[in-house]
Amino acid sequence: MIVAEQKPLEEIKSLIADAEKVLVVGCGTCVTVCFAGGEKEAGILASSLRMSTKLDGAPKEVTQVTVQRQCEWEYIDAIKDQINDVDIVVSLGCGIGVQAIAERYPKAVVVPGLNTSFLGLPTEQGVWEERCVACGECILGLTGGICPIARCAKQLLNGPCGGSQNGVCEINPDTPCAWQLIYDKLASQNRLHLIMDIQPPKNWSTSRDGGPRKITREDLRLAAEASE
Amino acid sequence: MSEASSNGYKSGSRLERVLRAGHFAVTGELGPPQGAEANVIREKAKLLKGLVDAVNITDNQTAIVRMSSIGAGTLLVQEGLEPIIQMTCRDRNRLAIQSDLLGAYALGMRNLLCLTGDHQSFGNHPTAKNVHDIDSIQLVKMVVDMRDKACFQCGDEIKETPPRFFVGAAANPFGDPFEFRPYRLAKKVKAGADFIQTQLIYNVERFAKFMEKVRELGLHQQVYILAGVGPVKSPGMARYMRDQVAGLDVPDEIVDRMTRATDGIDESDKKGRRDAWRNEGIQITIDLIQQIREIEGVVGVHIMAIEWEEAIRPIVEGAGLLPRPEPA
Ligand code: SF4
Ligand code: SF4
Repeated sequence: MIVAEQKPLEEIKSLIADAEKVLVVGCGTCVTVCFAGGEKEAGILASSLRMSTKLDGAPKEVTQVTVQRQCEWEYIDAIKDQINDVDIVVSLGCGIGVQAIAERYPKAVVVPGLNTSFLGLPTEQGVWEERCVACGECILGLTGGICPIARCAKQLLNGPCGGSQNGVCEINPDTPCAWQLIYDKLASQNRLHLIMDIQPPKNWSTSRDGGPRKITREDLRLAAEASE
Repeated sequence: MSEASSNGYKSGSRLERVLRAGHFAVTGELGPPQGAEANVIREKAKLLKGLVDAVNITDNQTAIVRMSSIGAGTLLVQEGLEPIIQMTCRDRNRLAIQSDLLGAYALGMRNLLCLTGDHQSFGNHPTAKNVHDIDSIQLVKMVVDMRDKACFQCGDEIKETPPRFFVGAAANPFGDPFEFRPYRLAKKVKAGADFIQTQLIYNVERFAKFMEKVRELGLHQQVYILAGVGPVKSPGMARYMRDQVAGLDVPDEIVDRMTRATDGIDESDKKGRRDAWRNEGIQITIDLIQQIREIEGVVGVHIMAIEWEEAIRPIVEGAGLLPRPEPA
């Protein structure tokens, strides 16, 4: 899932400084699960903004609404009236949600309430870890199901580097060395041969380096046209 | 056919000729300044001339911005010393690396050391974006193909004067997983590395175990292995390297030897203590060289005395490695 964190209140306040009527929009999917921008967080942020702007002597009218998914037109179309009624929208969706609202409502001023952090999972209560950077050409089949692109600080395909020690990465004792994990996993499965061959330079054109990406599925488009 | 390949040499560099002739090689290391002063390089070159066969020039070591390796290397060539250009994968993508190497070769550089590079979080620009388009093993393969197949990484032919480097790589016998290290070295050999310089060795016993495995894999017959050594300046530095630096193995014995060096010297005699430590640091390095030389498969030493280039002479002299050979 997409993991995000809420921006500091002061930063959000400075983003909405010029507005009087504010709508906070939560999202019911990834950011709900990581406790950053769901219905509960939207409610708390809205009341914090109300209280804080009141204390500052310039109270704003802050309302909130949460949709199931900010990244699909049909869900954000449903809050048309609320959006058109305010000066500014604070989206608590991920970066995709913010952009979806901005794209669907060209006149609306939309600002982010979250910092979208990474694609990851909760490894224990209150801890999320990155697992994938969407490189567009998955190599997990070669690396024992552990991603060196997302989890090795140097994205090595032929690791580990010389800084791997006692299982941790040279950058930080809290970060496991991805290549130690890969080695241990493959060793335990008797599949070390997978990392004995040299991996050639990666084709990064499927990643962000190739420019913004887009997938078009002709089969689905044809099916949609046929049903119209 | 180029001169180098017609006489059977890959690059014809002095380092290659020394090793090919079967001499025990000595390489040194020079850290470029954090500024644009050419004389810094010229002064350091004087301290190394005649003592080593070639000199590594670091590439933004520990991710701190310094004069470029190729720029400093050009000055070194002018001083009559042979550089080993270090190239990391942290700051350049495959385009930049290849183009810089074409320039380096045109400027007279013949040796190259391929490295991953320390993470930028260690250096003075921790907010920088890193590159890591290719890794050090892919880099070795790329420059070997530029030389032997006259092609760029994309496969296009290098029509005029392919750069012909003597290609090195690093090995850390003390990194983890320990059992995988000889195999990772094997990957570098397979990629085409001509020589290897190891991480600093203080634990000779553990290094000997690593070399045993290296011999078992027959790697010592396919690549020249130069063992890394370097003097410590004080017990504090030895402790720091033992406790804080990832990928180093400094046994307590080294720390103890440094501590005992000032036995009988009064605390107030600052200069006396400093000199005693430095002498002991140099002596430890000499002792390490003698022990490491006995290990089958080690054909040279790489002495790292960055910001203490004066130590190179007593070390090389004390280890009986002077005069340096003049290979044909
Ligand atoms: S290899 Fe690419 S797609 Fe697969 S997990 Fe890693 S970043 Fe994601
Ligand atoms: S220590 Fe491990 S995870 Fe960290 S950069 Fe090196 S290989 Fe990658």
